[in-house]
Amino acid sequence: MDTCLLLDAGSGGLASQRLTAQCFLRHFANPLLARLDDAALLHDVQAPIAMSTDSYTVTPLFFPGGSIGTLAVHGTVNDVSMLGARPQYISCGFILEEGLSLELLESIVQDMAGAAKEAGVLIVTGDTKVVPRGACDKIFINTTGIGSIFVEPAPSGHNARVGDAVLVSGALGDHGLTIMGSREHLSFLSDVTSDSAPLNHMIAEIINAAGPVHVLRDPTRGGLAATLNEISEQSGVSMLLEEEAIPVHESVKSGCSFLGLDPLYLANEGKCICILPENRAEDALAAMRASPYGVEAARIGTVVGDKACRVTLQTRIGGRRILSMPEGVPLPRIC
Amino acid sequence: MTFETALHDPKLCRVLLARLTRALDGRSMRFMEVCGTHTVSIFQSGLHSLLPASITHLSGPGCPVCVTHDADVAAFLELAGREKIVLATFGDMLRVPSPSGQTLKHAESAGARVEIIYSPLEALTLAISNPDNVIVFPGIGFETTAPAVAATLLTARQKKIKNFCVFSLHKLVPPALRALLDEEDGKAANIEAFLLPGHVSTILGLAPYAFLADKHRIPGVVGGFEPADILLALCRMAEQLRDNAPAVVNAYPRAVNDAGNPKARALMEEVFITTDALWRGIGRIEQSGLAVRPEYADMDAAVRLGVRLVETPQQQPDCCCGDVLKGRIIPTACPLFGEKCTPAVPVGPCMVSTEGSCAAYYKYSEH
Repeated sequence: MDTCLLLDAGSGGLASQRLTAQCFLRHFANPLLARLDDAALLHDVQAPIAMSTDSYTVTPLFFPGGSIGTLAVHGTVNDVSMLGARPQYISCGFILEEGLSLELLESIVQDMAGAAKEAGVLIVTGDTKVVPRGACDKIFINTTGIGSIFVEPAPSGHNARVGDAVLVSGALGDHGLTIMGSREHLSFLSDVTSDSAPLNHMIAEIINAAGPVHVLRDPTRGGLAATLNEISEQSGVSMLLEEEAIPVHESVKSGCSFLGLDPLYLANEGKCICILPENRAEDALAAMRASPYGVEAARIGTVVGDKACRVTLQTRIGGRRILSMPEGVPLPRIC
Repeated sequence: MTFETALHDPKLCRVLLARLTRALDGRSMRFMEVCGTHTVSIFQSGLHSLLPASITHLSGPGCPVCVTHDADVAAFLELAGREKIVLATFGDMLRVPSPSGQTLKHAESAGARVEIIYSPLEALTLAISNPDNVIVFPGIGFETTAPAVAATLLTARQKKIKNFCVFSLHKLVPPALRALLDEEDGKAANIEAFLLPGHVSTILGLAPYAFLADKHRIPGVVGGFEPADILLALCRMAEQLRDNAPAVVNAYPRAVNDAGNPKARALMEEVFITTDALWRGIGRIEQSGLAVRPEYADMDAAVRLGVRLVETPQQQPDCCCGDVLKGRIIPTACPLFGEKCTPAVPVGPCMVSTEGSCAAYYKYSEH
């Protein structure tokens, strides 16, 4: 086998078959995929169905705590889960740059297989395109996931109600700062690790323990700030948060303080926000904390009735400030 | 408990707030925090909402991006458009608009090579890995960043890295404060006290600010950046005003030595020479900038690449960044604030930088 990917591997001919057999079929091994028909035949997805798609591109491809492969599976598994669904099947489309190291591709595919196995989902259909050198940055992955919704009504960003408790499943900002640190080789961030994780099992436990919840969202790009502002807008409510209660690792705090960044605006890939009636908050928190991905879960605030759709933070010293919608990509400051 | 946690302690802050209220004794106080990091901290910590209503805080000319002149931005864009030039810059310069609304981000999308770096030394790494290009580092910032840039330039010379140069636009804080107080157009900001910048003061020490108290009878207090640090500095200011005993003092001794850092100053002096500089919204201030000394002309972008600053009149006549930086108005008084000028579509640099006073008001306060 070649060590680098050739354009031929996307031709649909024997070279494509070899890549499919030696890499994808081998690691994603399951009978639905192995049939290699034009589409996967699924028998056990009951309506209502949640479906989500996302495309993944990240530099560097591997970083402490994960890789583009884990992100491509976790991201889609988590998005499907946030509707109160049990993610079952995933498709994946690869756009690969000519010359990509096959060893690197295989490591990524192995990461995807491992992530899918942990989440309990099958990768049942896929596609590979190889584009000429320079037409993409090494590897882009698209995944689409589907799963049956097991709770009615399904959680939605539109359902936050005044008086609801706002919970978060763990410490914030780890992923965003990790990517920045590994992209820019910032040695002072060496103890920060991405939180990339599948949340579907924890979500099922939360709903088992606390019943239907009003809102589930994963605070990815834009972080907690963007996600809570979106929910406030969608639901027509405001939120009051306790800064002291919001979990942020010390290493993230100090890294952010150095770079002039706010952890509440950084991406997370293994956290969820859960908004539900106050009287079920403790049950939901207990379910989160029982999961390996929710040990640091905390109640961080309350939904309030102010029509301004504003997220306000009660600071540690007892003052208040607005947690506003981010404007763009957070950029580190000069001094 | 870390220092940071201790200095956010609500009890400690309440004690200091009570001391401040006692020292004010019903009087008002109008102070300027010179440094953008102070501005952000005052908002981010919620201190803004806790300060007595009689206190007005004005954000001064101490945010490097905010004082970056149109002419500087135009020069960056011109440089970025040249063949075989890589601009290695700190991140927050990317979004500063030129008079025609162009930014380095636009230049980048049009094919210019712009690399975000986190320390000047990274520019040397880029130079080594890009031998066919000249790496230009725009030297933006104050006395805090200048020594590191000086050290980078010396390292480049020592390692014989030929494809690296600095476009020095460094600015100096004390001359800017002097210029604010010496304004003679009748619109001076009536600043009663200065919260002096903690980071810059680690280099300068106290002596360069002595004129505040000696000539203008205005208190100057060097303060740290946590809420209790800031409150302590405000107490010291209010007490000086109450006792009519203005002085320049250090309320941040855990980081700032009264004598500053002579080694860092020596580095700066080795490489740079003071020169006039253009400040956004303020204009030309004599001897308020740093240029590369002629001995290092081969690493001076201004000489080597023939970059010239073309001083043009301000193109956005309604933009009040100048009045904000001089402490004449607070950001919300600008007619563009929050309407035509937002962090997504900033008109002036005070809205661009995360440390800019307009951006801080927009982001953290109810408007």
